Amino acid sequence: MPESKPSRLHVKGTILGFKRGRRNTYHHTNLLQIEGCNDNKEANFYLGKKVAFIYRAQATKAGSKFRCVWGKVTRSHGSNGVVRAKFAKNLSPTAIGSSIRVMLYPSSV
Amino acid sequence: HSLAPLIVTMPKTSAARPKFYPTDKVKNTRNFAKNPTKLRESITPGTVLIVLAGRFRGKRVVFLNQLESGLLMVTGPYKVNGVPLRRVNQRYVIATSTKVDVSGIGAALPKDDFFTKPKAAKAKGEKKFFTADYEVEPLALPADRKDLQKQVDNAILGTLDGDMKAYLGSKFSLSKADKPHLMKF
Repeated sequence: MPESKPSRLHVKGTILGFKRGRRNTYHHTNLLQIEGCNDNKEANFYLGKKVAFIYRAQATKAGSKFRCVWGKVTRSHGSNGVVRAKFAKNLSPTAIGSSIRVMLYPSSV
Repeated sequence: HSLAPLIVTMPKTSAARPKFYPTDKVKNTRNFAKNPTKLRESITPGTVLIVLAGRFRGKRVVFLNQLESGLLMVTGPYKVNGVPLRRVNQRYVIATSTKVDVSGIGAALPKDDFFTKPKAAKAKGEKKFFTADYEVEPLALPADRKDLQKQVDNAILGTLDGDMKAYLGSKFSLSKADKPHLMKF
């Protein structure tokens, strides 16, 4: 069987920051912007979906220099398609502005 | 005035207050017969599914039937995309509206036990240590599995035309402008 190119099975997104008010930040919840998702209603599709924050490190662990923190989309945030997510471990503030992968599972389609 | 309504009598034993508490932790076994996994309406025998995770992620496979455990049994067919008879969780799959005719499968479809790994005979500690060239024999795929695969697949391949075979052989992928929340699968 010829080797097929890898396929993208996730939606790209960006970490906007932590859930916060003006003066207080809640590090347990992050805000994510999902590409193409601009509406509260559109965000409903992504609720519950697993999310992966992938980053590079210097040291090789488990055969890879890439590391991952898993999380999931918990609820929508506001009316413009932004979404809240919680991760297994709170993300570092250095992750703000970086990419995130929103997987298509657990699927309800 | 009767005090009867004021006195609440507790039953001697009930589900909430069992008479006997096991000392060791008892594993919660799920009774699949009592609580069957609900199959999504979009998934019917013959539906083409997109596998979202695991070794065969992105592949389009044909749904055969739902097993007792609630998992979905699926086949590539093997010749088309390399996916054998396999179990897949409903949540890790997108159901497309494409259907394939699977009514022609005469072979009895396997059950859950077919998919559990046979326990390899483990050499005892000493024997393992002292045998000079001890090697773990890779478990060869039993011939009956291959036969069953062929039987099931041939029934399906017969109904597929060139386009459908190409479709099942292709992988699903998201590209730049794709919005899964707006896609009709």
